[in-house]
Amino acid sequence: MPNTSSLPLKNAIEIRDLSFYYGTFKGLKNVNLNIAEHKVTAFIGPSGCGKSTLLRTLNRMYSLYPGQRAEGQINFYGQNILDAKQDLNLLRAQVGMVFQKPTPFPMSIYDNIAFGIRLYENLSRADMDERVEWALSKAAIWNEVKDKLGQSGLSLSGGQQQRLCIARTVAVKPKVILLDEPTSALDPISTAKVEELVSELKKDYTVAIVTHNMQQAARVSDFTAYMYLGELVEFGQTEQIFMKPARQETEDYITGRFG
Amino acid sequence: MNLSIYARRKRVNQIGLTLSMLAMALGLFVLLWILFVLFKNGISAINWAMFTESTPAPGSEGGGLANAIVGSVMMVLVTALVSTPIGIFAGVYLAEYGDESKTAELTRFVTDIMLSAPSIVLGLFVYAILVAQVKHFSGWAGSLALALIAIPVVVRTTENMLRLVPGSLREAAFALGAPRWKVATFVTLRAAKSGVMTGLLLAISGETAPLLFTALNNQFFSWDMNSPMANLPVVIFQFAMSPYDNWVRLAWGGALLITLTVLVLNILARVFFREKVKA
Repeated sequence: MPNTSSLPLKNAIEIRDLSFYYGTFKGLKNVNLNIAEHKVTAFIGPSGCGKSTLLRTLNRMYSLYPGQRAEGQINFYGQNILDAKQDLNLLRAQVGMVFQKPTPFPMSIYDNIAFGIRLYENLSRADMDERVEWALSKAAIWNEVKDKLGQSGLSLSGGQQQRLCIARTVAVKPKVILLDEPTSALDPISTAKVEELVSELKKDYTVAIVTHNMQQAARVSDFTAYMYLGELVEFGQTEQIFMKPARQETEDYITGRFG
Repeated sequence: MNLSIYARRKRVNQIGLTLSMLAMALGLFVLLWILFVLFKNGISAINWAMFTESTPAPGSEGGGLANAIVGSVMMVLVTALVSTPIGIFAGVYLAEYGDESKTAELTRFVTDIMLSAPSIVLGLFVYAILVAQVKHFSGWAGSLALALIAIPVVVRTTENMLRLVPGSLREAAFALGAPRWKVATFVTLRAAKSGVMTGLLLAISGETAPLLFTALNNQFFSWDMNSPMANLPVVIFQFAMSPYDNWVRLAWGGALLITLTVLVLNILARVFFREKVKA
């Protein structure tokens, strides 16, 4: 199984022999993979291949649902987060997630950002204002919302809502940001903005992105993992995966002959 | 392309649409009819005296409903104060915590039975455990009976409204590292606010039967919840069947007043709690 261990990179996350079960159905089969720090790692593959499932193990989102369980190890900076003693709230504060559909909370734009910060930090009004502006600027939406911070987050357009959600995730200063098909509900212009943002984010964060759009994976990621039927088929530097994939299945999928 | 299939589908659509319009017209017609009858008979009773004078003694002229209005308002307030927290807490438990657990299933089952129990049974129950024990009717007993009726309604509407909140919103809040109680109070309950408030209003508006056995009635003005207390539903019930013209007129006035209050409260709730999406 190829991985990044030969490269001189620090890994934020190391996945070892990870299997995942929805009840009795095995959604992931013995996945081994490293997610390098300050890089963008993309997960591609046809629907149902397990790429979203894999992403949802990284912040233990699946633990919300009885009947879903993971086996193996996921080492997040050396600590196995699948351990039963892992505090899920603390984990999720460090491994943020942005979803397919924008999910602004039913509160003001300002409070959407402040909500996550207030969970773990006690900031003065001025510091909070500063942090909210910082997060909104990071997500390249500050100029669009700075005059209407008191308005409901639901009043924004879909593309703006998604960037608001990214700002909300960035605001709590996680180490890793998981993006689960973040642009599939957006128009091309909003998509371009979010993609630009992803490249910007990797300076400060480690990013893992699930996408159905192969051009997107090629544009934004440093590493790409191709998955099929719960297995990791091929993993490597994005350029190599797209230009000269080692496996025939990968090439078929990328060139559109399958999937 | 087979146009006859399309034509048939259009016809079915037309029939369906006509039937649902008819159903709506019927509902609206009945509501307007009730309002019309209430206005025709009750409007003459609505005057200043109705709000300032208490219910008249048999045979005496004039009088108002001040004691019944105050009694109703006090009992409903106590009911709301008791049933709101209990109902919302239980509803949040069912939707956000209990889910499929045995305790949740049992709670749901009991709540559904309480929901379908005739209100007169709940009135008799409070009569047996409270009124018969202390040997007098009281405002508190009335509130207790009303709360027993309101709580299951609030529980189930709260749960149902919370279940309408998309799971993705819940996940998004958890994804920030928010503990479950914060997700429930700051995100999902907020998203379900207007539905929950409507449920609350529906739950506490005008019940008669249980008050007959609990608060009874009081001809005189009283702030004392420990003694029998006048209230609009029971006054309407007694006065409407009386032989005195001014009593019957007051009953109509009271009926109109209750209906308008419920109507206004519902409209206010809709205006205040409407999602402020359009900014």
